[in-house]
Amino acid sequence: MPVNFGATATDLIRFLPEIILTVMGTALMVLDPVLHKRASHAFGHLSIFALLAGIGGAVYAQSNPGTAFGGMLVVDGFATYFRVLVMVVGILTILPSYGFLARQQAETSEYHALLLFSIAGQCMMAAANDLIIVFIGLEISSISSYVLAGYLRDDKRSNEAALKYFLLGSFATAFFLYGVAITYGTVGTVNLTAIRAALSGADAPPVVFITLAAALMFVGLGFKVSAAPFQVWAPDVYQGAPTPVAAFLSAGPKAAAFAVFLRIFLTAFGPIGADWLPLVWMAALLSMTVGNFAALMQTNVKRMLAYSSIAHAGYVLVALTAQSDTGTAAAMFYLAAYAFMNIGAFAVVSHVSGRGERYQNIDDLAGLGRKQPMMAAMLTIFLLSLIGVPLTGGFFGKFYIFKAALESHLVWLAVLGLLNSAVAAYYYLRILVMVYMHEPGEAAGQTEPLTPGFRLALILPALGTLFLGIFPTWVLDCAGKSATLVK
Amino acid sequence: MLIDTIFFYVFALLTLGGGLLTITRRNAVHSALSLIVSLLGVAGLYLMQQAEFLFAVQIVLYVGGIMVLFLFVIMLVNLDLSAKERQFNGQWMVALVAVAAVGAEISWFLYRGQGAFQLADTAGAPSAAAFAVTTTGNTEILADVLFQEYLLPFEIASILLLVAVVGAVVMAKKRI
Repeated sequence: MPVNFGATATDLIRFLPEIILTVMGTALMVLDPVLHKRASHAFGHLSIFALLAGIGGAVYAQSNPGTAFGGMLVVDGFATYFRVLVMVVGILTILPSYGFLARQQAETSEYHALLLFSIAGQCMMAAANDLIIVFIGLEISSISSYVLAGYLRDDKRSNEAALKYFLLGSFATAFFLYGVAITYGTVGTVNLTAIRAALSGADAPPVVFITLAAALMFVGLGFKVSAAPFQVWAPDVYQGAPTPVAAFLSAGPKAAAFAVFLRIFLTAFGPIGADWLPLVWMAALLSMTVGNFAALMQTNVKRMLAYSSIAHAGYVLVALTAQSDTGTAAAMFYLAAYAFMNIGAFAVVSHVSGRGERYQNIDDLAGLGRKQPMMAAMLTIFLLSLIGVPLTGGFFGKFYIFKAALESHLVWLAVLGLLNSAVAAYYYLRILVMVYMHEPGEAAGQTEPLTPGFRLALILPALGTLFLGIFPTWVLDCAGKSATLVK
Repeated sequence: MLIDTIFFYVFALLTLGGGLLTITRRNAVHSALSLIVSLLGVAGLYLMQQAEFLFAVQIVLYVGGIMVLFLFVIMLVNLDLSAKERQFNGQWMVALVAVAAVGAEISWFLYRGQGAFQLADTAGAPSAAAFAVTTTGNTEILADVLFQEYLLPFEIASILLLVAVVGAVVMAKKRI
């Protein structure tokens, strides 16, 4: 028997981003003793370098698209789009982390290494074409996220966040794995393309088992994207986790989980679309409603953003419900827009909350417009985009999603979604009223110097949000071209 | 075949007896040692099924590695306190129901025989032929599958383990 170790040069090139991120993550920990004393900023610089190299790798891999490792991975436009997105999210997380970690005196190489590993796991999820790879990528991403959520170990709330996230996350993973097992038992394969072929063939297996498998996977992934009714962990985790980490959790793992969601449900379970449609339909409606109405009552900004992120997960599920290429493209566009505006909003909160994250309440933002006009202006851009006001990325995100829903004749879902957006406008505007029309409080007075890294952390998401709002076609074309490839 | 049957009963007895002792001993070290006996019995059963690889893994990993870890943990916890506590807790009703359910399930499959496992023979599931005894040992077949077809999952699982180790260290360090 000829010795053949499966991996060819093409395979490795298609796996390049993950290789770069893993190697750099390991290298960071090895360099720790050398760099720690002298230059703790070096970890951040190296991580950003790794992510830029990873983006380069992903784009290079896209020049020769196809499957790798015997169909386990697939590099197509869809995979590349999400790989680049999660790596951009990584960069936008590291930029505010410089100042944050320095304030908390908690600069270590492990923070950055875990972040890189987590992103590597998300890249795997984006490019996975096999449920085993999906599972391992999901776990790499999740376990790093659990640790990052509890990174500030002296903080009680950070501990609580990590523990809750870990317990509920493991529970959800078990559901997902159960679904994978039943799929394998029924169809005899875990390759997404092969599952699709088996399900659309003449002698398709009993639909009961495969629907059960789809439902179990829906529970697992629903947890990861914090869709109702699996959303209970999100507010506590986002509130307790260090703010840059909360921003990361709300954008990176969520985008990757949605990528997997779209790929599994549209590729593998596409032929039984009518069977899982009600499930996603209800989860979408429930997420929007629960998220928006609960956000109305929050006084803590991070908690409010957590509930708003649940609502936004609902909007993306609407796009999934559409089951069309337009819907997929809309979801892809929305996730990019959402990543920019949400990370930006969290960055502002991170700055205002100050040392030890004392000032997290909406009242603490009072008078920010007078004391720190730049910061307030940035916050305004992000919040307006979260509402979905024209000229921001959020507007076109919502517009395309509801357009896709209408094209698929989901009129009621679109109407209820739009009503929900109106509710959402209230709690975002409440913050803006607080920022511009109230007397400055104690928190707005404490002005910490803005580091160059933090300036970038605000300006880049703001530019991204405006760019997507003014020139949406560029990204949308990109998404639209890749969306057709998902099947 | 008589000798096979005798070996089967010996190993089965080791497995069950060890398991029973594991859950009934008050002293945690005794429990751990009984568990080793039970695991060795399972290893013997694997060998009788011509699963040499599983046999070796069972001995090296479970009997060797994991049991050492168990004993380390037992060393670190306070044994005197737990030895005095009641051994059976108030959940026994639930446990009884669970045992009855699993028992019923197993009996059902035994009753149905091989046919119970033919869920999807039409859809490209490994057919009976795939399970036919080949001249190649199953260790080699396993190695082929692991290092060729499933090379990528095998490798990235190591990243998963690395992340778990780093995470555990970060969580357990005295100060960040």
